[in-house]
Amino acid sequence: MDLIVEIIVSLCLVGGGVFGLVGSVGLVKLRGCIQRLHAPTKAATLGVGGVLIASSIHFTYLTGTLSFHQVLIALFILLTAPITANFIAKVYIQANHDRETLPDTTGAHGWAIYDKPPVQ
Amino acid sequence: MLRRLFPHPLLSVTLVLIWFALVNKVTLGHLLLGGFLAIVVPIVTAPYWPGRPRVGRPLKLFGYVLIVLWDIVLANIDVAKIILFRKNEDIRSHWVVVPLELTSPEAITLLAGTITMTPGTISTMLSADAGCILVHTLHTDDPDAVRDTIKSRYEARLKEVFA
Repeated sequence: MDLIVEIIVSLCLVGGGVFGLVGSVGLVKLRGCIQRLHAPTKAATLGVGGVLIASSIHFTYLTGTLSFHQVLIALFILLTAPITANFIAKVYIQANHDRETLPDTTGAHGWAIYDKPPVQ
Repeated sequence: MLRRLFPHPLLSVTLVLIWFALVNKVTLGHLLLGGFLAIVVPIVTAPYWPGRPRVGRPLKLFGYVLIVLWDIVLANIDVAKIILFRKNEDIRSHWVVVPLELTSPEAITLLAGTITMTPGTISTMLSADAGCILVHTLHTDDPDAVRDTIKSRYEARLKEVFA
């Protein structure tokens, strides 16, 4: 039984590690800020996820009681990662694009960093 | 009476679950303590969050979370494949404009977060009237298909949740 649990935990750790590594490789390899943004927001999520699952299984088995506060870490990563990515993307657009180089909006108003919101 | 005690049942349930996760055990004592927080926090924070959206179908929200979690796993594998096996010259990135039918800020935030976490897309910006969202895709041959997937897979479900 010990062996099986250890194998599962190791698989999760190695899998998580691989995805973390791929995320970092992507940061180096891809071109430009906005492409690089794709690597850490996705590949890294599963990297952290794998480690958290491993941690949960390990401590549940070790202590005999369900250990699930790792869920909380995953939850906060899922909540905060998109916000960070969004801010970086916005700064990138502000520095590298203008109205002409971005596609048009489908509505009557332009993109938020160029146009004021309509008065309500 | 029950409505006045729990003006936002979903927020209360979430608070209890988060409390359990924080203390990492489920006991009657912690249920009482978490329950106390679940009653007090929504009442105290109500003035700071006027016009909270009603989550019409909490169960649909649960289903939505499961779908997104599964898609995050697929997205990771997709992006890993692109990073490892594709030459930089072959990666074709596109801007995609997705018109929105959602109106509540909370629903749009949730959709933007979902887009960022799922297959090869990042949400970058809203239009000034929040009528459409600018999405960057890492690699796609068919930008229109990406837009349609976002609309049918995520936005349609969110519309049901916040209906």
